[in-house]
Amino acid sequence: MYLHNKLENKGNFFRKLKNLDLILLVCIFLLGLISLATMYSTDGGQILFHTKSHFYKFVIFTIMMFFISFLNIRFWFSIGYLSYLIIVAMLIWTIHFGITASGSQRWIDLYFINIQPSELMKIVIILCLAKFFHRKRLENVNSFYSVIISLIIIFLPMSLVIIQPDLGTSLLISISGIVVLWFAGLNHKYFFYSFLISVLSLPFIISFLKPYQKIRVLTFLNPDRDPLGAGYQIIQSKIAVGSGGIFGKGFLKGTQSYLEFLPEKHTDFIFTLFSEEFGFVGSVFLLIIYAIIIYRIIKIGALSRSYFAKLFCYSFGTSMFVYIIINMSMVLGLLPIVGSPLPIMSYGGSSMLATMIGFGIVMSAKIHSEQSIA
Amino acid sequence: MISQSDNVVKLNSINRRMFILATAKVIILGGIVSRLFFLQIKENKKYLTLSDKNRIREWKLPPVRGNFTDFFGNTIAGNFEAYQLHLIPEQVENFRYTINRIKNILDLSDKQFTKILKKQKEIKPWETLIVADNLSWENFSKINNNLYDLNGVKPIISISRNYPYKENYTHILGYVSQANESDISTNEVIKEKFVQGLKVGKIGLEKSFENDLIGSNSIERYEVNAYGRRISQLAYQQGDQGKTIKLTVDTEIQKLANELLIDKAGSICVMDIFTGDIIAMHSSPSFDPNKFVFGISQDDWQLIRNNPMKPLLNKTLSGNYSPGSTIKPIVALSALENEIVSQKFTVICKGHKHPLELYGQTYHCWKKEGHGYMNMREAMKQSCDTYFYEVSRRLGVDKLSETAKKFGLGKKVFGNLFGNEKSGLIPNTEWKKNALGRNWLLGETIITGIGQGYIQTTPIQLCLMTAQIANGGHKIYPKLVLNQKNKDEEKDKFVSLVKNPKNINIIQDAMFSSTNEVRGTSYRSRIDDTKYQFAGKTGTAQVKRITETDRELDLKTSEIAYEERDHALYVAFGPYKNPRYAISILIEHGGSGGSVAAPLAKKLFKKIIDRHEIRKNYQTKKYLDI
Repeated sequence: MYLHNKLENKGNFFRKLKNLDLILLVCIFLLGLISLATMYSTDGGQILFHTKSHFYKFVIFTIMMFFISFLNIRFWFSIGYLSYLIIVAMLIWTIHFGITASGSQRWIDLYFINIQPSELMKIVIILCLAKFFHRKRLENVNSFYSVIISLIIIFLPMSLVIIQPDLGTSLLISISGIVVLWFAGLNHKYFFYSFLISVLSLPFIISFLKPYQKIRVLTFLNPDRDPLGAGYQIIQSKIAVGSGGIFGKGFLKGTQSYLEFLPEKHTDFIFTLFSEEFGFVGSVFLLIIYAIIIYRIIKIGALSRSYFAKLFCYSFGTSMFVYIIINMSMVLGLLPIVGSPLPIMSYGGSSMLATMIGFGIVMSAKIHSEQSIA
Repeated sequence: MISQSDNVVKLNSINRRMFILATAKVIILGGIVSRLFFLQIKENKKYLTLSDKNRIREWKLPPVRGNFTDFFGNTIAGNFEAYQLHLIPEQVENFRYTINRIKNILDLSDKQFTKILKKQKEIKPWETLIVADNLSWENFSKINNNLYDLNGVKPIISISRNYPYKENYTHILGYVSQANESDISTNEVIKEKFVQGLKVGKIGLEKSFENDLIGSNSIERYEVNAYGRRISQLAYQQGDQGKTIKLTVDTEIQKLANELLIDKAGSICVMDIFTGDIIAMHSSPSFDPNKFVFGISQDDWQLIRNNPMKPLLNKTLSGNYSPGSTIKPIVALSALENEIVSQKFTVICKGHKHPLELYGQTYHCWKKEGHGYMNMREAMKQSCDTYFYEVSRRLGVDKLSETAKKFGLGKKVFGNLFGNEKSGLIPNTEWKKNALGRNWLLGETIITGIGQGYIQTTPIQLCLMTAQIANGGHKIYPKLVLNQKNKDEEKDKFVSLVKNPKNINIIQDAMFSSTNEVRGTSYRSRIDDTKYQFAGKTGTAQVKRITETDRELDLKTSEIAYEERDHALYVAFGPYKNPRYAISILIEHGGSGGSVAAPLAKKLFKKIIDRHEIRKNYQTKKYLDI
């Protein structure tokens, strides 16, 4: 049957092309353009390393996304566990042979590209858990066995990422996992109790945090505590956003970034630069694009016939929403600073790769929405 | 596997939960938007200001200092364009090469060279390194000719203090130099306007009028990056030059005073007896204040510091000297005022064989042979000590000190204007009891009567005293700055200091005789032309007690060691017929007043009277209409 479908797919290439979600595609391109323009601005209005690199990655990953879209959704179902195990193996590899940069060991050298497995884990964990719950009866979802297995699936990569150390990504991975659990129908009380437990254990967790992480939390609570040290990033970021005003300072005219007051402007703080140059109007526009993308993803999920595709789309859409919100809340001073990129906008190959794979699978779900998985 | 109905239940569950989350998402998204609204629209002004504060930095430039002019408007302390060489290390491709090239062009010594290298290490690479702060025109053009080879080197013309009359005005104006810690901490205005390279007054009027002179900083506004590097200039705000301060002095007379005192240690002051204007005030030796502007070299400093004639001491204001016989007019006046003696009172001066004896002490007149019968006019004319011993014995020190203080002795003439002015000392019985804890002795009254002993005066005080005798005994306030308003203090200006104006005339006449009549102590220095004729009183202040052997040896001045020679003093006023100016002259260790100090007065008065006409006309603005 699988072979038969493959043959059928070949014949139906143009029908599949027609079935691509155009709105989602347009929004992704728009986002890509905006991110390129912003990257161009971070390079000081010149086409330098970051802009070029971001452009190449965007082109390559978009092509890859199309390729993924044409693969049957069943293929993704079938490699759910395998991909998870591969990434876990890569994470273990990272611990021993990873490349160290700015104090943490996050990358592995694949000779032609340096890759950050923890970013890929964000997408793979959804795949894995979606597959796990696909076959579960609703009443079995809350069974002791399935809860334990799913928790292990979440905690294993989480702990592997935490020891890199990379608190931000490990949090995002666990959030992705928890989101799947939510949609799978895990009892509300589990969420309620674990939330209660985590709030109660917060003081203990804080005592286990590394000194720089403690400072970040304290700084979040009061950025003016040390305006030139730990609070510097968040203060400068707020100044940049706030000084943007309604229409912004204009493209390439963001003084905060141009004069190098902004930290990490290529990656985590890219929204700050965008917001400074394009103001409230631009920021809301960007938010709308993101909202449309997420809406489309969920819509595709809703239209999908298979439970797996539905679960994946809902979880992926929600996770993306969470990433965006966490990143923005962080740069707007609503959350403590944790390393979390803004999907597509931030510079970083692995993050973009993971997001594009996600989009690809969603597209595939759209194209194969009529497909059911046994 | 999973049954169809089970699947439906599952789908219902997931869709319900999606709906719950979707609602939550909308709310959260709303939260982000409202946060953006809050930051970008509501608080926009605040953050815009903060952003400007981040990116805009102001650089203060040294203000341009106000000038000093003399009475005729000649600049006596101004500004000149100093040729400087600046260099920004990061703009130089090969620092070693460039700095060595500069070294060769300017012919710098190794010491200067290492100093520059040391300075370079202390600053950030984009900050300006001042390689040379005062180049000669020759060196400056040499640098300009070689600029093609000196990338990043900037020849700069900067404004700096200049004293065109060099040593002439040093003791009045003082000098400026690099502001140091204590200047900044003691003066708020300096603190506010301080920039690297700011020069402030260290002494003299430069220091006293610092706040008027300093001016306001020019401000350069630059856009800077997070590391403080200048990106572009946004604005330039021109500062104001400090106020110009007009002085009462006459440069011609000041220059003459300097010439007259050349190679001597001493002081000359000239004062208008009605207005109190200081026409000239000089202390010798002096030094060139220009040397201090860019920091004096160690060699020059040692030369000034170790000079035995003490160029750093402003002798006019800070030198406390025994007035010697120049006090005699006050002694005589005091005696007349208190009606102790009349002008006809006579004392016999018998010379060294029969000195005045009191409680076992002997008091000699300066003249070995004695003066014979002396009345007041004769005693003043010939400066007979014996006469004044007797008069002061009868007068008593308390009455004498009262008159002396009235005429401005024992008190700072300029109040707080100069930091280094001394008040001198006019002793009386109470003072001795308080200060030394012992009772006043009669013998001390007697030597006070000829200006020896405890009594100490500064040359400017003697000048003021003479001016007030010359103007008929009216109080005046000496001043150096024209049009200076000081109403409160000058309420009692021109108040009569004497009970009987006739007494003043007697003193003036006695001083006239001293200079213009045969046997007068300064007769040789007289001018017969009534236009220039002046009246004065000589003084010779002993710096050590004269012993019997000294008296027998009777050495000439040149035969005595420099430090032991007498100070020569002379006070005078003129023209006698219609007095206008008073002078005081002091030559440290010069010998006798009549032979050393008085001849200078002759030259001075010629000049002063000649200049008077010009001064008067300038004041009435006659010359302005030409």
